Amino acid sequence: MEETLKIVVLVKHVPDAQFDRHLTGQGNTVDRDESILSELDEYALEAALQLSEARGGAKAGNEVIALSMGPAGAVNSVKKSLQIGASSGVHLSDDALAGSDAAATSLALAAAIRYLGPVDLVLTGMASTDGETSLVPAQLAERLGLPQVTFASALELNGATLTARRDGDGHSDTVEASLPALVSVTDQINEPRYPNFKGILAAKKKKITTLSLSDIGVDAGQVGAAGSLTAVETAAARPPRTAGTIITDEGDAGIQLVDFLAAQKLL
Amino acid sequence: MAKALVFIDNPGGALKKSSRELLTIAASLGESAVAFNGELHDDVAAAIAAHGATAVYRPSAADLDEYLVAPKAAYLAAAVAASGADTVLLENSADGKEIAARLGVKLNAGVITDVVGVDADGTAHKSVLAGAYTTTAKARTGVAVLTVKPNSVDVAEAPAAGAPETVTVEVPADAAASAARITARSERPASGRPELTEARVVVAGGRGVDGDFGPVEELADALGGAVGASRAATDAGWIGHDFQVGQTGKTVSPQLYISAGISGAIQQKAGMQTSKVIVAINKDAESPVFEIADFGIIGDLFKVIPQATEEIKKRKG
Repeated sequence: MEETLKIVVLVKHVPDAQFDRHLTGQGNTVDRDESILSELDEYALEAALQLSEARGGAKAGNEVIALSMGPAGAVNSVKKSLQIGASSGVHLSDDALAGSDAAATSLALAAAIRYLGPVDLVLTGMASTDGETSLVPAQLAERLGLPQVTFASALELNGATLTARRDGDGHSDTVEASLPALVSVTDQINEPRYPNFKGILAAKKKKITTLSLSDIGVDAGQVGAAGSLTAVETAAARPPRTAGTIITDEGDAGIQLVDFLAAQKLL
Repeated sequence: MAKALVFIDNPGGALKKSSRELLTIAASLGESAVAFNGELHDDVAAAIAAHGATAVYRPSAADLDEYLVAPKAAYLAAAVAASGADTVLLENSADGKEIAARLGVKLNAGVITDVVGVDADGTAHKSVLAGAYTTTAKARTGVAVLTVKPNSVDVAEAPAAGAPETVTVEVPADAAASAARITARSERPASGRPELTEARVVVAGGRGVDGDFGPVEELADALGGAVGASRAATDAGWIGHDFQVGQTGKTVSPQLYISAGISGAIQQKAGMQTSKVIVAINKDAESPVFEIADFGIIGDLFKVIPQATEEIKKRKG
């Protein structure tokens, strides 16, 4: 019988990329109306559920905890994760967190994960679809002293040994680490499941813990704009690209294309 | 005077253009030095000297490549301490950003990614939300860690400061203690085309190529460019995922981006809309890609592209 697993999955509430996205306010932060569970985090959740199910799932005592940091609305991403199959949820929410950069975010998340006690695995998506900096998983691994296995396109767990495939430019690597570890997964790793009716009903009985900064022992000054190590000073909307010349091919569009490239000195 | 340290990881026999861009930025900020990993060939050492670097730091350990990221960050932190640098410049690649991330935690330094320019006072210019906004950002710490996108500055050599001194940096003994180990590597055959994120020209195909990337590849070769793809094309298995341009793939910013048979949904735009000139070819006049194209052709890519390729070959003689 293999050991049971305690897995924390980071889920982020992000603006829906299908709508126009805006930077607002003094700190030039992202406007989070119209937000959803980050699509890229669904792959991490699916990977966690598959690892848990391979050892008997929640019934056998395996835990998949969905952890989200963010304002009140972020609890919706935790709820969605519970509907998909996470066993419990944690919402880290505190007004002082607003405007946190990657350093402050990873500091708060590391404290929240430590608060949850020893975990076997921290799983994240490959990037958030809004901040796009991809810094948080690596910083979290550094803060927690965990091996990081980032951008995993395939993942196997044998006992306490993780093996992942990592596709780089021009090569594909096999990477090995021992638990506990932090893993970020790509959108190639699996096909995330959708919540079904049973899952939606079951989610209502699952527990969501709300944590504040004082719960996890972090001072307000260590996070938010005050605790951030970078500051966004100015933000300007890029002038929208305007459509140029559009032609319909009447047999010579390829020639016209080359004329255009020549005129732009691109040949 | 400001001191900038450029991290150069395994360049092989020749320095990449993106590394030369980092060296150009470093020289513009003040005194520059290099933290190097891998085998240092004579040509590379000469190129580093020609950019005015005063010192080349090298790790005491030769096994950093056997692990993911963590020991390289530990080495770089030691190199920053040895050099007294206040700015660290890295590539904006996946590994570059992660090394930067961990370095930031080790040094309690602000990290800024996706940088496209750096002012003399350390202000970094970057594009965010898929190019919809340009922002300026600054580290609030003594050391700033910046990852810079390729094609951001014109490469310029600097007055040589003489032969840079070589300094060995002691890698901390526990650097690899909690690092994931790379146990196997399989190389994919090289295409001979320029690297996607660095290419001056990118020709990308989508659903409309219907499994046949031949015309796209031939046009890319005629223009000396790289081949890219939309997620629809990579998900269909027509081409590898490392060719994907878009939100979950690569972000490119070439002089010329030719989009063939790609509708141009927001996720695709996210990867290419900062290109200087965009050309779109699509059968469907309603494709969103036409809203951002400088030159759009409503037509069959299997007719338009081969005709353009022939014409380019003819004009180039």
